[in-house]
Amino acid sequence: MSKNKHRMRNEINAGSMADIAFLLLIFFLVTTTIAEDKGVLVKLPQWSEEPPPEMKLNSRNVYSVLVNAQNQLLIRGEQMRIEDLKNNTKIFIANPDKRSDMSENPQKAIISIKNDRGTKYKTYLEVYNELKAAYNELWEEAAMAKFGKNITELTNAQQKEIKDGIPLVISEAEPTKFGEEK
Amino acid sequence: MSKFKKKQGNVTPGISTASLPDIVFMLLFFFMVVTKMRDTELMVKVNTPQASELTKLEKKTLVNFIFVGRPTDKFKSKAGTKPRIQLGDKFATTDDIPLFLEKHKVSVAESQRQSIISSLKVDVDVTMGIIGDLKTSLRKAGQLKVNYSAKKRERTK
Repeated sequence: MSKNKHRMRNEINAGSMADIAFLLLIFFLVTTTIAEDKGVLVKLPQWSEEPPPEMKLNSRNVYSVLVNAQNQLLIRGEQMRIEDLKNNTKIFIANPDKRSDMSENPQKAIISIKNDRGTKYKTYLEVYNELKAAYNELWEEAAMAKFGKNITELTNAQQKEIKDGIPLVISEAEPTKFGEEK
Repeated sequence: MSKFKKKQGNVTPGISTASLPDIVFMLLFFFMVVTKMRDTELMVKVNTPQASELTKLEKKTLVNFIFVGRPTDKFKSKAGTKPRIQLGDKFATTDDIPLFLEKHKVSVAESQRQSIISSLKVDVDVTMGIIGDLKTSLRKAGQLKVNYSAKKRERTK
């Protein structure tokens, strides 16, 4: 009875607060997702009803990438592993040895991809990723050679200059239907 | 002397649990800030592939999401096992794409409509047939900016 008068301490039991907090936490863990907001950026070509104009393309400037329904790569008629694609593409675009069967100059280089309707998306994206990586590395090397700086440190105009020197031209053909999922 | 008798049973006080809810609230606020509400239930399995050449999606309001994957076990009986497109909260076909894009477009200011990006969250196991059809219908609808959602990995040497 007199004991209560001397009690100055606050006696709120904090145990149930923890329970409430845990409940709310578990609720949020279950109902939300950490947004995955990164990806490979691609600009699709414009749609036109008519077929594209027949362009006189020198086959030395065309880098054909074929992917079949077994997810195998055929680059310019030769089988290749995905690990070697990027470096092979870089050599084709830049053509440092001035070979006559490779691009005349980076501005004329065209990459053409053709896959099958049965190709797995995983393989398709890996291929596209390696091709993009080839261009990104060429741009980074050009930025270092021309301006002595990392490409991310360049102004927009300078970046455009680099990218116009080695334009990213990837054309995708209608897929073949051999391995289509029934 | 008797007034200052030492209290009996002087044990060291137990660990105060008063700060426990504080810790839990901090975790809670972290999750509230870092995550976003999953507004649609994913009816298709989407395990995105890995890629090294990634760009971040800047403004979420300018992004519409298209999910492609095989239906989850819950929906296998309704939708089969072949890859399907999910727009919003229901299954869709490529014919529903223009309406879906238009609905998103009207929620965006005129001046920013050029910057709208479609984020394609596609499962690794999907075959390219449906993706090709999807890309064709996106091109027909004028939606050329596309982002293939992927997880970060290192560039190959």
